Amino acid sequence: MAKITLQNIQHSYLSDPKTDFDFALKHIDVVFEDGGAYALLGPSGCGKTTLLGIVSGLISPTSGRVLFDEQNVTHVDTIHRHIAQVFQFPVIYDTMTVFDNLAFPLRNRKVPEPDIKTRVLEVARMLDLEEGIHQRAASLTVDGKQKISLGRGLVREDVNVMMFDEPLTVIDQNMKWELRSKLKELHQNVRTTMIYVTHDQTEALTFADKVFVMYEGKVVQFGTPVELFEKPGHTFVGYFIGSPGMNILPCQISEEKVEFSGLPVKCDNQTKNLLGIQDGVMTTEIGVRPEYIRFANQGIPVKIRRVDDLGRHQLVHTEHEQHDIKLICPEDTPIPDGSAHIEFDAEHTFLYVNQWLASEDNSI
Amino acid sequence: MIIKTVKQTAWFFVVPVVLLVAFNALIPLMTVVNYAFQETFGDNVFFWEGLTWFEQVLNSDRFHDAFLRQIMFTSIILLIEVPLGIVIALSMPRKGPWVSVCLVLMALPLLIPWNVVGAMWNIFALPDIGLLGYTLNSIGIDYNFTQQPVSAWITTILMDVWHWTSLVVLLAYAGLSAIPEAYYQAAKIDGASRWAVFKWIQLPKMKRVLTIAILLRFMDSFMIYTELIVLTGGGPGNSTTLLSIDLVKLALGQFDLGPAAAMSLIYFFIVLLICWVFYTLMMKNEQQ
Repeated sequence: MAKITLQNIQHSYLSDPKTDFDFALKHIDVVFEDGGAYALLGPSGCGKTTLLGIVSGLISPTSGRVLFDEQNVTHVDTIHRHIAQVFQFPVIYDTMTVFDNLAFPLRNRKVPEPDIKTRVLEVARMLDLEEGIHQRAASLTVDGKQKISLGRGLVREDVNVMMFDEPLTVIDQNMKWELRSKLKELHQNVRTTMIYVTHDQTEALTFADKVFVMYEGKVVQFGTPVELFEKPGHTFVGYFIGSPGMNILPCQISEEKVEFSGLPVKCDNQTKNLLGIQDGVMTTEIGVRPEYIRFANQGIPVKIRRVDDLGRHQLVHTEHEQHDIKLICPEDTPIPDGSAHIEFDAEHTFLYVNQWLASEDNSI
Repeated sequence: MIIKTVKQTAWFFVVPVVLLVAFNALIPLMTVVNYAFQETFGDNVFFWEGLTWFEQVLNSDRFHDAFLRQIMFTSIILLIEVPLGIVIALSMPRKGPWVSVCLVLMALPLLIPWNVVGAMWNIFALPDIGLLGYTLNSIGIDYNFTQQPVSAWITTILMDVWHWTSLVVLLAYAGLSAIPEAYYQAAKIDGASRWAVFKWIQLPKMKRVLTIAILLRFMDSFMIYTELIVLTGGGPGNSTTLLSIDLVKLALGQFDLGPAAAMSLIYFFIVLLICWVFYTLMMKNEQQ
């Protein structure tokens, strides 16, 4: 067990990286507290698997340090970091039995055979693998095999961190739920630090206490699932989390006012010195989640394009001067015909400057 | 009704293949069968002999000796080529510019015509002018493959290993390349030794291609003719007369068409039987 700290990690797969584009990871500063359940969430190619590789030691970072507790392990071998990892598709030793698969990491570490037996049976019980434990591992279903990969991490008692690299990708939909709750349950029992990498927001938000959202090699926000939803720190987080994602609309800033196509909009993070932002600013946008937009008697005029019935909600696609705005209404809300007016909930409308949430001091 | 129509159409499409197989395999084979049960003195006159030729071949010391030599030869080259091929495949680079260099070098021996391979090794090993033969003799090793059976055997085996290990290497390499990186990473995390990685990951994952490699090497070595007839011609004496060389001597040297046909069939069934047994065993293992 250990607290894991990544200090100013950069990584490039090129031998001679020059510009920012050459880096798969850019200035990553991250701390995983001991015993936490974390998720790294982001689209394909955002660098989350690379980051995982750096924690496990399978990849050596171009620059920066990796600390386990206070010890620098940046150049320590995978085996000496005492980590466990579950891969995207199950990795099992085909010719061994389930028991031998689970015993393999312990046998390699010269643990006495009686101890191995106790430990393996214990883990097999936790994972419901007791039945058929002496069968060939190759004969199991995919989810059974993935449990074995997981079990090979659980049998070891010296594990600092367990890492999951999109472990449910190849699992059937109905088994996904079961394995996911199993993981959550395991975390509560064993209290090992767990890092879960995924591009699926449901998996990340249900598994983890804290989520790192990654985008183009950077951690754009770190927070609880609720924080990520309620107050996205970056337009990407707003867009990526939630279904559908946040409405991101271009806006203009003038004289302490934020305007969306000429209409004033109130934002939660609107500051007094809006004019100060203007220097060097590329884009200003407002973000508001579909959940926090209502139909109103006056406000922003929109044309209604389509209504999707999502069961308990209705998803209304509207349009204001080529800008698509989506809103979610309860199922019994009457939807006006043709054109209507909408208003944004000021507490849940945010101003983004250069895609980052504008802050009091405009330091971004 | 519809199903029946479909079936008949399917048969129609199979006709070209059936004809092709008939002309290139079945009809020639039946000619051999024809000779195996009869005696002929030319002019298309045949006398029924029943199983006489088969009994004669199966009871002859000459066939027994050739068969034993054949088994010995095939066993030795399999024992050398398969492990050697795996070792070479394991030590070949997995990525980078050297991959193609290695692959081309490995493929070279396979591209040389078989009789050229025989001629090359013949000249290479000649004791008076060949590089190998001359060098060995000049450092004091008495080596003359044209006169000493042991030297002839060593040369034959060297030639076959040189010619065919590449095939095992290429197949094993293909098998190794197909193993996802995650297996090696998982093994690293599990603390597996190099040997454990080979035993539990690489070998099981190579099993299918190795089965094919062993089958191919078994069949080809059991039927080796071209390289050998150029290199030793079956000599000195009969020491390197393997089954195919013996068969040609019988059929074309002595013109004993009946016994030669019977021997051909026996030869054919031995290869078929061993392949079948081997394949069944490997596949049975697979299913467990």
